Amino acid sequence: MYQGDAIRDTYKSLAEWSEKLGPEELNAKRAEAEALFRRIGITFAVYGEGGDPERLIPFDLIPRVFTSFEWSRLERGVKQRAEALNCFLRDVYHRAEIVRAGRIPAELVFQNAAFEPSVVGFRPAEGVFSHIVGIDLVRTSADEFFVLEDNCRTPSGVSYMLENREIMMRMFPDLFRKMRVAPVEDYPDQLRRTLASVAPEKCITDPTVVVLTPGGMNSAYYEHSFLADQMGVELVEGQDLFVEGDLVFMRTTRGPQRVDVIYRRIDDPFLDPLHFRPDSMLGIPGLMNVYLTGGVSICSAPGAGVADDKAVYTYVPDMIRFYLGEEPILKNVPTWRCGTPDDLKHVLANLGDLVVKEVHGSGGYGMLVGPASTKAEIETYAERIKANPSEFIAQPTLSLSTCPTFVEQGLAPRHVDLRPYCLVGKKVNLCPGGLTRVALREGSLVVNSSQGGGVKDTWVIAD
Amino acid sequence: MLSRTAENLYWVTRYMERAETMARLLEVGYRIALMPSAGEGNRNEWASILAASGVESYFQQSYSEANETTLENFLVFDTNNPSSVATCIAKARDNARVVRTAVTSEVWDALNSAFQEFKGLRPGDLPGLCDWTKKQTAALRGAIEGTQLQQDGYDFLNLGYYLERADNTARLLDVKYYVLLPTTQRVGGSVDNYQWITLLRSLSALRSFHWAYGGDYSPTKIAHFLILNKTNPRSLLHCVEEASYHLNRLARAYGQSTGAQAQANTKLARLAEAHVEDIISDGLHEFLRDFIRDNAGLGQTVADSYLFGSK
Repeated sequence: MYQGDAIRDTYKSLAEWSEKLGPEELNAKRAEAEALFRRIGITFAVYGEGGDPERLIPFDLIPRVFTSFEWSRLERGVKQRAEALNCFLRDVYHRAEIVRAGRIPAELVFQNAAFEPSVVGFRPAEGVFSHIVGIDLVRTSADEFFVLEDNCRTPSGVSYMLENREIMMRMFPDLFRKMRVAPVEDYPDQLRRTLASVAPEKCITDPTVVVLTPGGMNSAYYEHSFLADQMGVELVEGQDLFVEGDLVFMRTTRGPQRVDVIYRRIDDPFLDPLHFRPDSMLGIPGLMNVYLTGGVSICSAPGAGVADDKAVYTYVPDMIRFYLGEEPILKNVPTWRCGTPDDLKHVLANLGDLVVKEVHGSGGYGMLVGPASTKAEIETYAERIKANPSEFIAQPTLSLSTCPTFVEQGLAPRHVDLRPYCLVGKKVNLCPGGLTRVALREGSLVVNSSQGGGVKDTWVIAD
Repeated sequence: MLSRTAENLYWVTRYMERAETMARLLEVGYRIALMPSAGEGNRNEWASILAASGVESYFQQSYSEANETTLENFLVFDTNNPSSVATCIAKARDNARVVRTAVTSEVWDALNSAFQEFKGLRPGDLPGLCDWTKKQTAALRGAIEGTQLQQDGYDFLNLGYYLERADNTARLLDVKYYVLLPTTQRVGGSVDNYQWITLLRSLSALRSFHWAYGGDYSPTKIAHFLILNKTNPRSLLHCVEEASYHLNRLARAYGQSTGAQAQANTKLARLAEAHVEDIISDGLHEFLRDFIRDNAGLGQTVADSYLFGSK
């Protein structure tokens, strides 16, 4: 928002508003919002940290604002990327033209842990593998966005987009009357329509859609139950489903009911103990057979993870050129792959200035933020990289845009990123909003909720 | 409705009913402790309350003597006790949490506030703790009656209540059944009077008893009141009648009769025809033992018919 000391136009009315309220009123409002969240039960557990499994994610009252002009460019960029990622998935499970053309190394695709050999040659309904694509973006200047990573499996956080908006509307109705904020509330409807549009071949009636969750102990459980409720579909666990013949059914008090589309929020290895990990208690034995014979659709499709790997990420601009014949609208952050000797040398020599991530990591765990680390931390991390270089990538720290945020000292700039949610079914759809995550500590670049980040409402203002 | 959802709803109410039973038991113990130790039964009253709680074996693992302090801790706060108020409230809330969308926000609120408030409770005020617990269960009951749609979910909530309550009443009676045996009829001394009062009080039925039967205690009257009087909301007959009512409703709604429905109706017919004199002369203890067994059997059939989602 800040360009030098100047406040961008889009934020002017917000700035006036927050000044009028004053810090005390804002503080009171924040407490009120927190009470609302706790009451509704929106909580978030942090893996490996123990403590309260029903922790709240800090919510910041000051929304992040886009003009519809800014948004329309971003929207084109996100849709372009989501489409290219799905083209890539269709391709690598068929003729793998992109590999034959030498645009991406074969081992990166076929040796990838997320590559699923059993779906080679299988075409899911509408040819879609990744139905909900979450693209993590940062902004570095007025019209420059960089993609940090793609999430093709089961991007989470969309319930925050919806609940943040709900709470903002409840608490500040005046702002909404003044500012004409594009609504996000039809996201659950769009999601249900997207899922229904990819019903399997064998489905002849209105498709029955379910949300599959690992259960109440999962950190995103609230979101699973929220989405199921908003869509008006059942929230099931593995034990609620069973395979009979070549179809999947759920156990209900009225007897078995056929299931056509499963929006799964569990990872591939846990889907089917007969097919993947035999020790998985979460899955449904025989599910993959039903899937491969067109009896049920699984969203996202098994094997979709090969497209959002952090090493594959560096090739997404090439995918866009290769499949769509277009120039990428959103840029990639320059990335060094530690697996290649030249890159490794550069990374090790410049660790103090770089952000290093594990290729298969997620949630901000196990990463190194060079500028914010001690010498000892950097040295330890260097040893980890040397032990297994191909497991790491490195990126420069970007001069991320900041957004006014309410902290103890009042309003102050804090770094933010954005995750919009792109729905891909028969049609491609992007909800005008998303999850804005904010690094609450001054100067911090890490916005993951597992690392003490917070969230904000995201507004797209109609012209 | 998903079978698992039905199962969760059923356990929400079972656990809350159990929490209430524990509070009632403790209340009785506390009242007795306030009385002069006239009768010989007084001193070990805490032991018989422990026996009635049905979790004696857990008690023996970590406590030696049954007294007010140990029982307050064991029956209210001890999370190693699967039936303590703490455990029951936490489990009831857990069950509701995973099916949040199947209960109204008022029902969730009742459970969630109970869970949150409980964290602030401390030992040392037994009557206060008992009152608090009964208020929470009443609030839940009120929220269910006032806000839940009266669909299948409502029936499963009620099945949980009545199967649990029938079990509790039968077990409380069984612990004290000897007080109601014919031999004691002749005694009729103050000790027995006092034992009967205890029994009735533990079922919150002392004053109701007076309304229904006048002032005189007699074993047959008390047994009748607790077993066969269907106006008494804690009597066995009332519980079975309610369970059968809700199973019939489910069968109608689903257009499908089940083993659970048949079993409950048979049980109801048999109990409605029973005479209290026969029950006592045939053996009250045996009757209660069979009842508890059948009641558990009915719970199992309900599970098989609906909750486990048989193929």
